[in-house]
Amino acid sequence: MVEVKNITKSYGSHKALSDVSFNANDNEILGFLGPNGAGKTTAMNIITGYISASSGSVLIDGCNITDQPAKAKKEMGYLPEIPPLYPDMTVNEYLSFVYELKKCKLPKLSHLNDICTLTGVGSVSSRLIRNLSKGYKQRVGFAQALVGDPKILILDEPTVGLDPKQIIEIRTLIKKLGKRHTVILSSHILTEIQAVCDRIVVIDHGKIVADDTEENILSRFDDQRNVYVTAEGEKEKIKAELHKLKGVEKVSSVKSKDGVNSFVLKTHKDTDVRRDVFACAAKGGWCILEMRTSKPTLEEIFIRLTEGDDVQKEVR
Amino acid sequence: MGAVFKRELKSYFVTPIGYVFLAMFYCYAGLMFYVTSLSEGKTRMDMLFSSLIIILVVVIPILTMRTMAEERRSRTDQCLLTSPVSITGIVAGKFLAAFTVYLAAISITLVMALVTWIYSSPDWSVVLGNLIGLALLGASFIAIGIFCSCCTESQPVSAVMCFGVLMCVSFLSAIGSKLPFEFLSKIADKLAFSERYYAFTYGIFDISNVLFFISAVFVFLFLTVRLTEKRRYS
Repeated sequence: MVEVKNITKSYGSHKALSDVSFNANDNEILGFLGPNGAGKTTAMNIITGYISASSGSVLIDGCNITDQPAKAKKEMGYLPEIPPLYPDMTVNEYLSFVYELKKCKLPKLSHLNDICTLTGVGSVSSRLIRNLSKGYKQRVGFAQALVGDPKILILDEPTVGLDPKQIIEIRTLIKKLGKRHTVILSSHILTEIQAVCDRIVVIDHGKIVADDTEENILSRFDDQRNVYVTAEGEKEKIKAELHKLKGVEKVSSVKSKDGVNSFVLKTHKDTDVRRDVFACAAKGGWCILEMRTSKPTLEEIFIRLTEGDDVQKEVR
Repeated sequence: MGAVFKRELKSYFVTPIGYVFLAMFYCYAGLMFYVTSLSEGKTRMDMLFSSLIIILVVVIPILTMRTMAEERRSRTDQCLLTSPVSITGIVAGKFLAAFTVYLAAISITLVMALVTWIYSSPDWSVVLGNLIGLALLGASFIAIGIFCSCCTESQPVSAVMCFGVLMCVSFLSAIGSKLPFEFLSKIADKLAFSERYYAFTYGIFDISNVLFFISAVFVFLFLTVRLTEKRRYS
């Protein structure tokens, strides 16, 4: 449905995007994940035709956004990071304007009513946009993206500035829309991507560093196991003893208060050091209050993916 | 284009800009009508029409300053440029909306012609010619204003820039007469908007003047489209 082929965007000598390629399939929610300044918004602006790429192409349902912009744009709804709202219009007037702007053929009244109900802006439809709260402005921005029932929805950080309840509502809405639309959702909030997306594209410094499902990305980095140990005793002594254990690659102290210390032991995924830790504690005379293992989380993988060029090379 | 036209036209009257523009034009035109016709007891309106160029240089920047600049500043251009409407359609919609407000302003001269009719029948063909000249002059000024608005994100900067450009193009012949070379003076005379417009007020309907103003409209609207397009690539 959306094919991004080798797009590069340069601002003078600075490359905002470098040879970026990925696809978004029909009825798929694609998460576009990356730290601030990674190039997410630039990529979205290029996909929607707001700006042009220095090289490469974007195909929307087979139509090139540069060669057939009107046809390609008709298939898309875009919610930018800052919703493009006219403060001097009421919500109804604004949605009617967008309806005409998109040359929509659907029955106007019922279509706009459906969108207002779906996004929850029905109660403020006759109010001026300038008087709405941030949350409602975001919803109106969402509503304008849905006008014309586009096949593809491009949402740039759609939950920024919303309260927790509104975030859950918007996520539920995105999931619902993902059953009938192709959704490309950009965010730097990992939980949001995890909660909503079928597939994740991670971008950093203008380059794609991962493009897969959450499970596959997690399994790719499943080379490590973390053991969390909370122990009572002298911090440095315990740390030194844990470090000596066979199979422990790294020991880091995460918390220390009133003689109770927490450590994270990094080991190879096939190594289980819990028995050795227990024996070590018995021998050293310190007491284990808690011990558990965990695999790397998406958050840790995200940090690994975006923390340096060496790691990127390793992934590629 | 229709959607942009309707929105723009409405926005002139939900913000004070449309009212300020109309009020300033009506006040000045009314004053000039009194000074050049009523107080003198004349039914000729050529003095009134020739004096209106001054107020256009002042009020057209107010009318056009927000057309493109405000869209960029508030990022609402994202809504327009990602919709299935061409940049030409967007610029044309904005131009037509501003021109419609302008036509509402200059229509006051028709009322003034009707007032003079009470005393003596004016030369309607001359009035009509003047009105066409004023409409064409305004259209070209609006195109220049939209182009200036496209050059910046700031409305005040756009207005000042537009005012400067309109001053130059309006009084190019005065500047040209001070130039040392005769051919430069002639070029300045040919390009001076005021000289072209004054021909209408003398009752001369020269098709080359009509084409000059229409060309100016197309050139500046074309430049606006190209500038917007270029910005997407830079």
